[in-house]
Amino acid sequence: MTTITVNGKPHTVQASPDTPLLYVLRNEVLLNGPKYGCGLAQCGACMVLVGGQAMPSCVLPVSAVSGPVVTVEGLGTPDKPHPLQKAFIEEQAAQCGYCTSGMIVSAAALLQGRKQVSDAEIRAGLERNLCRCGSHMRVIAAVKKAAGGLA
Amino acid sequence: MDQPVNRREFLQTHLALVVGITGITGSAAIVGDAAAQAAAPGVIGPNPSLLDTWLRIGTDGRVLVNFGKMDCGQGLDVAIAQIVAEELDVPMQFVRVVLGDTRVTPNQGGGSGSTGVRLGARPLRNAAAEARRLLLEMGSKQLGVPVGALVVRDGVISVAQDSGKSVSYAQLIGGKNFDAPLKWNKVVGNGMNAEGQAKPKAVSEYRIVGQGVKRADIRDKVTGTPHFTAHVRPGKLLHARAVRPPVAGATPEAVEASSIAKIPGARHFVQGGFVAVVADSEWNAIRASRALQVRWSTPPAAFPGGEAGLFDRIRAATPTASNAVPMFAGKKDHDAAPTLAALAGSRKVIEAEYECAFQSHARISPSCGVADVRGDRAEIWTDTQKPHYQREGIAKLLGLPTENVQVTWMPGAGSYGRSDADEAPFEAALLSRHFGRPVRMQWMRDEGTAWDPKAPAAVVSMKAGLDDANRVTGWYFKAKGFNGWDVKYWADGPEQVLVGQLLGARRAAAYNFNVPEESYKFPNHVHWWETVPPYLQDASPLRTAHMRAPQEMQTRFAQESFIDEVAHAAGKDPVAFRLEHMQDPREKDVLRAAAEKLGWQPTAAGSGRGKVSVGRGVAVHAGYGSYACAVCEVEVHQDTGRIRVRKTVVALDCGLVINPIGLRATIEGQIMQGLSRALYEEVHFDERKVTSTDWYSYPIARLEDVPQQVELVLLNRADQPIGGAGEPAIVCFPPAVANAVFNATGIRIRRYPLTPEAVKKALS
Repeated sequence: MTTITVNGKPHTVQASPDTPLLYVLRNEVLLNGPKYGCGLAQCGACMVLVGGQAMPSCVLPVSAVSGPVVTVEGLGTPDKPHPLQKAFIEEQAAQCGYCTSGMIVSAAALLQGRKQVSDAEIRAGLERNLCRCGSHMRVIAAVKKAAGGLA
Repeated sequence: MDQPVNRREFLQTHLALVVGITGITGSAAIVGDAAAQAAAPGVIGPNPSLLDTWLRIGTDGRVLVNFGKMDCGQGLDVAIAQIVAEELDVPMQFVRVVLGDTRVTPNQGGGSGSTGVRLGARPLRNAAAEARRLLLEMGSKQLGVPVGALVVRDGVISVAQDSGKSVSYAQLIGGKNFDAPLKWNKVVGNGMNAEGQAKPKAVSEYRIVGQGVKRADIRDKVTGTPHFTAHVRPGKLLHARAVRPPVAGATPEAVEASSIAKIPGARHFVQGGFVAVVADSEWNAIRASRALQVRWSTPPAAFPGGEAGLFDRIRAATPTASNAVPMFAGKKDHDAAPTLAALAGSRKVIEAEYECAFQSHARISPSCGVADVRGDRAEIWTDTQKPHYQREGIAKLLGLPTENVQVTWMPGAGSYGRSDADEAPFEAALLSRHFGRPVRMQWMRDEGTAWDPKAPAAVVSMKAGLDDANRVTGWYFKAKGFNGWDVKYWADGPEQVLVGQLLGARRAAAYNFNVPEESYKFPNHVHWWETVPPYLQDASPLRTAHMRAPQEMQTRFAQESFIDEVAHAAGKDPVAFRLEHMQDPREKDVLRAAAEKLGWQPTAAGSGRGKVSVGRGVAVHAGYGSYACAVCEVEVHQDTGRIRVRKTVVALDCGLVINPIGLRATIEGQIMQGLSRALYEEVHFDERKVTSTDWYSYPIARLEDVPQQVELVLLNRADQPIGGAGEPAIVCFPPAVANAVFNATGIRIRRYPLTPEAVKKALS
């Protein structure tokens, strides 16, 4: 039986080792942050941090998880939001919100150890994240704002 | 969202009667008939003639409002809460809006035609005004002074001259019924309205409406707080996946059950053309859907000629219907003879044909639905745009009385019209009944892109004549395309969804396309549309349905590109030429506002030509009671064929603005989706199947496509009726981009999407 660490807590995996991490997080740990968008690592809706790196959980077999897993729920809560979550709320950087968790996780990886980030760096850093509703402009604004807040 | 009325209290005291009458839907061939939209009574839901149906006040003073529309991700409920708070004189935070639940919300038509505020708010505004009137009467009795001596602020009624004498709404009515009537206009759907004796406030009195109010639900979205359809996980849940045929039109001839025997808990289901698997774990359901061995029939090629033959097929097809007015406006014949005669006698004739590809809703996450069917009752969780109609459709699918099916609407992945949102819930219901457990069906990415309903492809033919003075002598517009709704704008029967068609349900014929509604006046002006037969009659991955600004993307691409072509032939500036022919002052105003904001100057086409050519283009749109104009400044890269929109200005007049924050967000969304549909989106298909199955084969706009500069000009016309805001702006982008490309390079591209391949080819 594999044990993984999710948002700081150990979890004993029930599913078969080939099960993508996304389904373990959603159906066993009952998390709702990472979402199913494509199952092909093309859209970024399922992004989580694994050992600090942003990875698409929809194609990562749970047996291959080699570091602590952090989802958007682990970054912050409604009462104690992460600077990115706070910035996304202030900038109203979501419409349907399906891409939002993935955007925040990718941004968290991008902003690690940085005091500022340029428009071009944000576009490149979040290039694996798609948004269909058109919240892109506000996402860029939110990430910029959060970078200032993390400094 | 905000602090809700105590849910237990709400459920205990809710007394709205459920009145459901299943009308006869699916009438005979209807062409552009307004009656088609309004005719069938369908499901009414709770009784709209009772004030308590619409609005209740809890013991804590919180206001619960039942809204029969829902939100596709634009925060519509915030505007509704503002309107109710305004009329009732309560703080915004006191108001909670319940969306789309068929148990408690009347059928106001769901998300539809940008009517959320302009039509959907009406009964709620009236109900809130009536509630305030009744509360003032109660307050008057309680405080022993006439109504005229009272003031209301923040849900508290007090004597104007003696503020110590007061009573709150909660004290007067908290947790109790008003038991008061409203006059319902007997319309079901978008046009539903109900009125009391009270008159709503004048715009000049507004303190809340018109203010920028932020959405509270974004907090849920950034923290992963459960609120989506995809989060619903009843006990004993079975996960389901469909198994689609390798080619369109193929049906299952045999299924090898043993092929999934080794996958724990996996079972298959076959009925008619529908094949699915279920399992206790989601991953096992996915594995089983890939492992299940099915022998499929070998039908004739569904799409002869493939996408290479698409537009010639449209040109050559015999029309199925023809009409000269926009959607839902009735039927009108056309006569092109005077126009053609005028053109024949003109000094110069300009002719052009525009081609518009099939496009997919391509939602960020495909269809998802949960169903729990027990005996003769069913409970459904869905993010459909039309929950009341889905309820009716699933009831018909299962052969149950409509009252026995309840649909809980929840937010889902953004939806922009009649998307795939209805598909999974119908399938889940069918499987739940069969397997006797709750079922969650999630469509996979290839199903969402290949098998969802599509915006129809079209060819639009345009001609215009000029006289010696370069004045227009005639204007000819003919849109010819696939029918705008192979499946209806709502799923009120099995024939309207893929699984129903796979089970043999057949839809009645109805045809629709569109003509432009802008106010240009030309001599000898004729316009009409024609629809052509579909490639595949039933269960087609190219079946069409409404997608954001239905048939307007196609018709305005042509009209707004062509007017530029005619202006160019006449030696006139595109902005000036439009202004010359526009009749509607509000249309002129948005055009001037956008042009001015960008600093529009007449320039010669192709004067910016180079390795990177720079140019500007404009387009206008009138529709939904609103007026929009977009101006784009683009770079065209010769080596890659890439178009980069570096600046855009959008001016929008949608009458009275309820919430400028929400309005800006809605326009920004339309900018990105409009650029996406202009630059990238086309459904690829070969002779046997749709080959757009993922984000590589159906690319959309990404973060890198965000323009460097975006300016919005909101023309707040408080004296005008509220217009729709969710669709008018997106229409402007394909033609504005094509016009900008022409201005930059001198090359006219007459097809959307304007892909890099198409641009490179055109430039060479």
